[in-house]
Amino acid sequence: MTGLYQSQRAMRQMRQAAIQRGVVAILDIGSSKVTCLILRFDGEESGPSEGIGAMAGQSRFRIIGAATTRARGVSFGELDVIREGERAIRTVVQAAQKMAETRVDHVIVSMAGARPRSYGLVGAVDLGGAPVTDHDIARVLASCDIPDIGEGRAVLHAQPVNFALDHRSGLSDPRGQVGNQLTTDMHLLSVEDRCIRDLLHCVNRCDLELAGIASAPYVAGISSLVEDEQKIGAVCIDMGGGTTSLSIFLRNHMIYADTVRIGGLHVTQDISRGLGIPMAMAERIKTVHGGLTATGRDDREMIKLRSETGDWEHDSREISRSELIGIMRPRVEEILEEVRMRLDAAGFEHLPSQKIVLTGGASQVPGLAQMASRILGQQVRLGRPLRVLGLPQAATGPGFASAVGLCLLAAHPQDEWWDFADPSMVRGPQSLRRMVRWFKENW
Amino acid sequence: MRTIRRDPPVRSDPAPSRAAYRVTRLWLSPFFRFCVKVVLPVLVLLGVAGTWALNSVHRDGVLHWAQDLRGSIAERPEFVMRQMIISGAVPELSREIREKMPVKFPVSWFDLDTDELRAVVLSFDAVEDASVTLDLNGAVRVRVEQRVPVVLWRNHGGLELLDITGHRVALIDRRDGRADLPLITGDGADHAVAEALAILVAAEPVAHRLRGLTRQGARRWDVVLDQDQRIQLPEEKPVAALERMLALQDARDILGRDVALIDLRRPGRETVRLREDALAYLNTMRAFEQGLSTQ
Repeated sequence: MTGLYQSQRAMRQMRQAAIQRGVVAILDIGSSKVTCLILRFDGEESGPSEGIGAMAGQSRFRIIGAATTRARGVSFGELDVIREGERAIRTVVQAAQKMAETRVDHVIVSMAGARPRSYGLVGAVDLGGAPVTDHDIARVLASCDIPDIGEGRAVLHAQPVNFALDHRSGLSDPRGQVGNQLTTDMHLLSVEDRCIRDLLHCVNRCDLELAGIASAPYVAGISSLVEDEQKIGAVCIDMGGGTTSLSIFLRNHMIYADTVRIGGLHVTQDISRGLGIPMAMAERIKTVHGGLTATGRDDREMIKLRSETGDWEHDSREISRSELIGIMRPRVEEILEEVRMRLDAAGFEHLPSQKIVLTGGASQVPGLAQMASRILGQQVRLGRPLRVLGLPQAATGPGFASAVGLCLLAAHPQDEWWDFADPSMVRGPQSLRRMVRWFKENW
Repeated sequence: MRTIRRDPPVRSDPAPSRAAYRVTRLWLSPFFRFCVKVVLPVLVLLGVAGTWALNSVHRDGVLHWAQDLRGSIAERPEFVMRQMIISGAVPELSREIREKMPVKFPVSWFDLDTDELRAVVLSFDAVEDASVTLDLNGAVRVRVEQRVPVVLWRNHGGLELLDITGHRVALIDRRDGRADLPLITGDGADHAVAEALAILVAAEPVAHRLRGLTRQGARRWDVVLDQDQRIQLPEEKPVAALERMLALQDARDILGRDVALIDLRRPGRETVRLREDALAYLNTMRAFEQGLSTQ
């Protein structure tokens, strides 16, 4: 765990350097598109705020460059072909730099795939009636039992979500309070190590420095859930191209995240296969005519299918919109059923609030809210990301939820385990004493 | 029949190559941009100008052109100086200044150096201070402050007029030329003109007999009166000593007697030197008194 600790700390320092320089790039690598936003940090902090404040830290930064390109070499939210992914990053970073008229060297990346797995950890430490200090918090975080996260997996987030001091639970910051026993609940998110290494390699090949990695469901939740939903408890379902990821928030912290490896691209694939048309055409038909609930009128609405085979019969087919809905509906149902299963496994029904927020590019299908409320629960709404300063109109849709959330996270980072000094590395007095003893013995 | 309309071929992937990406980033870095946009052009211009100037023909051409330009501006009638106006000087002095000024009218405004002209004016003994200005109506205006002569000084070379600081104002060939000024003589008398003036003021009661003051050994004054009488004054506080002596004169008319010298050099031990006749008379009187007493 020490290696991870140090690499994460190094990334934190890189982030600090980037913010001091004032310009940092946000890179959201998705299965269907890659988005780059360039942030310029200026102005002063608008007062202390816990989590996402009323202003969401928006006065601190401004988006000065934005670019989106179609994804290359990415499948299921993971880099699949390194060279292609690198080309996509180059394209999007260059376009954003051109718009911003500045050069960025630091980049914060979010990714949806890599099979995230959530763990809840508990740690306890004895205080002996002394006030809680930074060092005690580091100790209690270090006292958490690290579960066996498996071979080839790495920790992406390790966030303390709750502190308790002698049966007083729900403390967000126990420092300065007096008690006997300090316990903490920590949420740990592990992903596949391979994906992080590929990402790092890719970013380095683009002459950029990685200043942080975040999980896409987490940042999508930050931008799509309003403040009350984050506090009372809600689940954010980010329906992307290759994956559908969900994150559960409670008391301003993410407590669970998971990914279903089915997304909008699979719907497109179904249409393409079912109708025998190219993927680009299928994508277009899906976005223009797609739907989930068929009505009688849809039987009469005919959609022309054009293709290039040369067979006149084949090239001049027409289908009704009901047929299209008939293809799309089972796949979307499958996605939502899968999400339902993951939520059940996470114990979502025990949460005080059953709010469900759908976001992501695939959530724009008409009729999704009704279908989701039937499968997932009653309190469903469609979420769009928060408005942030300087965001182009084209990037305000639900498809950009994770990019916007990453901006907010960059401006207001969540405390992570590695933000506190590792007690195993703090041995100042002891080593000093050892040095003094060595001098006494030898001189 | 209808023609088969084909879509245009799929556009090639617009991703920039790695080299293009790096060049773009390099161009966006501020330092490089500054180098290319400012430093490089300046260097190139300097290089071209330097290469061109290495040829002496080009250089001379430029110099001639610059001189011609300056000359054409300097010769404009607005900048021509035609006369000199001297104020504050007596006619003789202004005539001499005019003669000595290294200016030949008409002359251009640009060819005159006021500091140099002022130095020339200040080189005259009779000038205490001067200012030289160039008026744009074509006149060199010289304002002179003359020295005021207060004493005549007879030295080895002749007769000089001195101002209060002891600086020479002019040479004069006859004492009668400035009969109103007192006369001083002796080496180093010019260094103590102020003291001499104070002594002369104090000697006002005997002014009708005063011939002049003589500096002795460049350290003290003698007052020279007519009938070969002389008063030796001390180095320190000569005026006070003279005033005491004049009080004695009021009371006893000491100068009216047959005295050659009154020595006041040592305060409290003033001495009188009699002339020979008076001394013989005094000796006779003393011998007579002695004879009377022995008989």
